[in-house]
Amino acid sequence: MTVQELPGAPAHRPTPPPAWKPLTDPAPLLPDPEPYRVLGTDAAADADPELLLRLYAELVRGRRYNAQATALTKQGRLAVYPSSTGQEACEVAAALVLEERDWLFPSYRDTLAAVARGLDPVEALTLLRGDRHTGYDPREHRIAPLCTPLATQLPHAVGLAHAARLKGDDVVALAMVGDGGTSEGDFHEALNFAAVWRAPVVFLVQNNGFAISVPLAKQTAAPSLAHKAVGYGMPGRLVDGNDAAAVHEVLAEAVARARRGEGPTLVEAVTYRMDAHTNADDATRYRGDAEVEVWREHDPILLLERELTGRGLLDEEAVGTVREAAERMAAGLRDQMNADPVLDPMDLFSHVFEEQTGQLREQAAMLRDELEAGQEPHGGGAEDAR
Amino acid sequence: MTTMAAATAGGRTARPRPATMAQALGRALRDSMAEDPTVHVLGEDVGTLGGVFRVTDGLAKEFGDDRCTDTPLAEAGILGAAVGMAMYGLRPVVEMQFDAFAYPAFEQLASHVAKMRNRTGGAMPLPITVRVPYGGGIGGVEHHSDSSEAYYMATPGLHVVTPATVEDAYGLLRASIASDDPVVFLEPKRLYWSKSDWSPEEPAPVEPIGRAAVRRPGRSATLITYGPSLPVCLEAAEAATAEGWDLEVVDLRSLVPFDDETVTASVRRTGRAVVVHESSGFGGPGGEIAARVTERCFHHLEAPVLRVAGFDIPYPPPMQEKHHLPGVDRVLDAVARLQWEAGS
Repeated sequence: MTVQELPGAPAHRPTPPPAWKPLTDPAPLLPDPEPYRVLGTDAAADADPELLLRLYAELVRGRRYNAQATALTKQGRLAVYPSSTGQEACEVAAALVLEERDWLFPSYRDTLAAVARGLDPVEALTLLRGDRHTGYDPREHRIAPLCTPLATQLPHAVGLAHAARLKGDDVVALAMVGDGGTSEGDFHEALNFAAVWRAPVVFLVQNNGFAISVPLAKQTAAPSLAHKAVGYGMPGRLVDGNDAAAVHEVLAEAVARARRGEGPTLVEAVTYRMDAHTNADDATRYRGDAEVEVWREHDPILLLERELTGRGLLDEEAVGTVREAAERMAAGLRDQMNADPVLDPMDLFSHVFEEQTGQLREQAAMLRDELEAGQEPHGGGAEDAR
Repeated sequence: MTTMAAATAGGRTARPRPATMAQALGRALRDSMAEDPTVHVLGEDVGTLGGVFRVTDGLAKEFGDDRCTDTPLAEAGILGAAVGMAMYGLRPVVEMQFDAFAYPAFEQLASHVAKMRNRTGGAMPLPITVRVPYGGGIGGVEHHSDSSEAYYMATPGLHVVTPATVEDAYGLLRASIASDDPVVFLEPKRLYWSKSDWSPEEPAPVEPIGRAAVRRPGRSATLITYGPSLPVCLEAAEAATAEGWDLEVVDLRSLVPFDDETVTASVRRTGRAVVVHESSGFGGPGGEIAARVTERCFHHLEAPVLRVAGFDIPYPPPMQEKHHLPGVDRVLDAVARLQWEAGS
């Protein structure tokens, strides 16, 4: 029975509310069903040879870097290393796509992106070696500190890009996160803020298949991680994360779009973590060799090498030159990491606040007295563990 | 009274007029924004509405939406964006609408705001002020009355400031915004409407963060308090004179850094101390303060340092909060217990 049918009710009908209309047409925001590819397709003919060669050199150097850093964990020179072997195309493209004035917001696995952007390899490793949390000045390199909590650096990228735009600077921020990180609340809040503010940000999700041991199917029920973009009102792009030319192209488009003031883009790069989560993880507990082998055939270096060789842009000699340069980098890194860092315990109190509080001055005095008395530290820790 | 004088003098604007703490806070934001173009205010409802407590009233109109920004409703996002803004050289002032609404932002606060200076070896300090209306006594329903100061105090890298007077609301907020360190600025919401004669043309002085103030000198015991409990302690001190007690009242004004000097000097003078606050006693600020006082004043103490705190319960419903909040009688009972004798 409706109100009108009630006996004695007035024959009054309120003005109906306006028909609901979506704020944005979702269709242009939707990602393509298949990851975008360049290498081995017709699109490769349009790719800039110089860029491809540069990407190749960085991929090889990056692979060597990952191998060297992993070796350093076995020698006790690095506390831990989350390798990006297999994901180098994402790391390198993210670094190369940015202008000098732009900002990179890496996660803990993205050391390589920071190095490819020009950061000194040792400075990039201090967090993982355990001597300093951040071994470089973020403002000097426009690289935020490597972020260990998941997705919490994404809102920073949004805020920084927003601030730059308010100041009239055409700066873009590129923020990197893994597939697991997309489940975090900060991922949601960052994307929502970025879209509402039309902030010049590019979000790069490296979907490497696993969050430590949890596979993507247990992480999300979305058609793809790129689809999440639609709900925020920004374009989602799906790209083959092992195809360095494709990742670079998609990111370059997203960066250009952000710089034009058209707002953020969410890019999902589908890739695979060839090594375990870190050297401390046992990947055989959650995945089989056969699965890893499939991805070995789709190796980012192999894909690019095949393309370059096929087009006559790379010969054995050129490959040799690139590999030698990578070896030199690795040898330099090894030598530098073999030297013990010089640490001043009093630094513990130097950068808590601009001025030490009375409480910190007292504690600093206590430590100084201990040091002057020649007392051996007995708190346990990395030094003892070695 | 000055108020009367101002009224009879024909209302000349330069004369002090009664102003509320909320107005003084708003004035501090306005003056900071006018002086420094890098100061930005952001939060939920801070723009058009002027904040649910009207502290940010008029700022969006005067400085524009880019300087006083209504954000999406997401505390971690608000504070996280503020981190990025500060990384690019701005000086964000964030409003968390109510104490318990700030918890989603706690990871941003603990993992990034508090640590950025330290983890970058001093290269990247974050001059962020996080304004949090806190505490009970306004009849707020669940999640609108938490005293969350202990969480912030226990997080190294944060300054924790809480004014108890209209003058301090202005002066300490100006100092917090000017500080290159992150400040959690706790606003006692039941004092938002407290008044003082205050001239916007000659605002209260901006005082450095980290100094306590002796609000009432006394000889027989020290009440150590801050924020919403200051008026309670002052009233208790007046009432105690009838019993022959001459109580000194110390307003901490800043929990981090902690002013050991003022507190220690006071307790050494009086030989007895009670710490008074609304937040729960177990694991609360009072335990830390009592321990510090005992460590520094043991041989001057005539009695154990006592605590008068909220009960160790989740904040009660508004019709029951009067039993939870320390009132004058509970403070006076503690003062009576200071007549302690060894072995008793």
